[in-house]
Amino acid sequence: MYLNFVNFWGSLIESRGIFFEAAQMTLALTAISILIAIFIGLMFAFMKISKIKPLEWLANIYIYVVRGTPLIVQIFVFYYGLTEIWMISGFWSVALGLAFHNGAYIAEIFRGSIQSIGKGQTEAGRSLGMSNILTMRRIILPQAFRRALPPLGNQFIIGLKDSSLAAFIGVSEIFAVATTQGSNTFDYMTWLLVSAVWYLILVFLLTLAVSAIEKKMAVSD
Amino acid sequence: MSEQMIQVNKLNKYFGDLHVLKDIDFHVEESEVVVLIGASGSGKSTMLRCLNFLEMKNSGELYIKGEQIDPKKDNLNQVRQQVGMVFQHFNLFPHKTVLGNVIEAPLQVKKVSKAQAKKEGKELLEKVGLGDKADDYPARLSGGQKQRVAIARALAMKPEIMLFDEPTSALDPELVGEVLQTMKDLAKEGMTMVVVTHEMGFAREVADRVVYMHDGKIVETGAPKDIFENPKEERTQAFLSSIL
Repeated sequence: MYLNFVNFWGSLIESRGIFFEAAQMTLALTAISILIAIFIGLMFAFMKISKIKPLEWLANIYIYVVRGTPLIVQIFVFYYGLTEIWMISGFWSVALGLAFHNGAYIAEIFRGSIQSIGKGQTEAGRSLGMSNILTMRRIILPQAFRRALPPLGNQFIIGLKDSSLAAFIGVSEIFAVATTQGSNTFDYMTWLLVSAVWYLILVFLLTLAVSAIEKKMAVSD
Repeated sequence: MSEQMIQVNKLNKYFGDLHVLKDIDFHVEESEVVVLIGASGSGKSTMLRCLNFLEMKNSGELYIKGEQIDPKKDNLNQVRQQVGMVFQHFNLFPHKTVLGNVIEAPLQVKKVSKAQAKKEGKELLEKVGLGDKADDYPARLSGGQKQRVAIARALAMKPEIMLFDEPTSALDPELVGEVLQTMKDLAKEGMTMVVVTHEMGFAREVADRVVYMHDGKIVETGAPKDIFENPKEERTQAFLSSIL
């Protein structure tokens, strides 16, 4: 099997319609799962720093399980598990599986960035009569979020690429479309590279978005 | 007798096994400026931090304006609104502008209107000589300017007592004067102040009373003239001769 470059460029351009649709699917999957993951991540980060033992343990177990098992296993457990109890689409079971997975990593990112904000900031807030929650919301979290952005951006990129595993559940995202095209034409290499180009474009856009937010938050430097 | 702003009876504080404050009796009267001196590790900062409950005492009684405060029952957030604090390392909020730092607590805690908070905040910044810096971020200020913003921020809550925890120790020598001047002005206005400092010149000039601490105990207390010129205790003499 060799690569025909003329064929590659032609395929890339001709197939833009179906891949554009697939890219939208990939983006939707990524956006939904990352949004839920941020929520999960924040919640478990707070549990870990809560100093309430049972909550800490729960958070530790969650993170241990997610980090200790392959994502593909998690996705299939979510797929078979959720579709068993619920009338839920393949798309949503993968989205939730990805959210469950990324949530653990994002929890650790948030925990680290919250704990990296000096104790003096909390003391300053408290000494002004601000409550613990108010100090966290107004003083600590805005600074922690800024510090979390670079690793968070990294995790978003990982999340976007990992969404390709949805192909195994039959979600028509980029990788799924590429393999279908491949099996239709027996020209797997061309279509895999076409999918790679689409992932590169999406990651590029995501990187731009994250650095735009980083710049916006850097005004106080 | 004037009103006691702060009254401390038999206060004890431990860090683990370390007994850092030992049966401290202490009081501050209205409009009084009390300066705590002593070597590092003598407990003076811990003592100051107990006064606004950043550190919790292990035993003893603490009265603010005649009311005994029980951290378990009383709302410490309300107590702290009356007791402003200035830190050695300023602890300004780096993500907020200078004015943003000053109006944060009045807006969020006291629920003052934004217009009102801004007006009062700008007046306070004028007062500490930083009216033109309102829209700058703390990263662009010098240490002395940061500390004056921190003082304005504490004053914005209209506290009746101000605590200063080594406010000039982190400053370059040439920036110490501007901060001390701000504190002197405050003292002249009749603010009740408790100051932990190594600036003996400030203590001599501004303090109504100087308290010397050593090893978690108050060794000697008196008018600055008496402490600096006629210390009664050997410990105090040794400390003063080591630093003067």
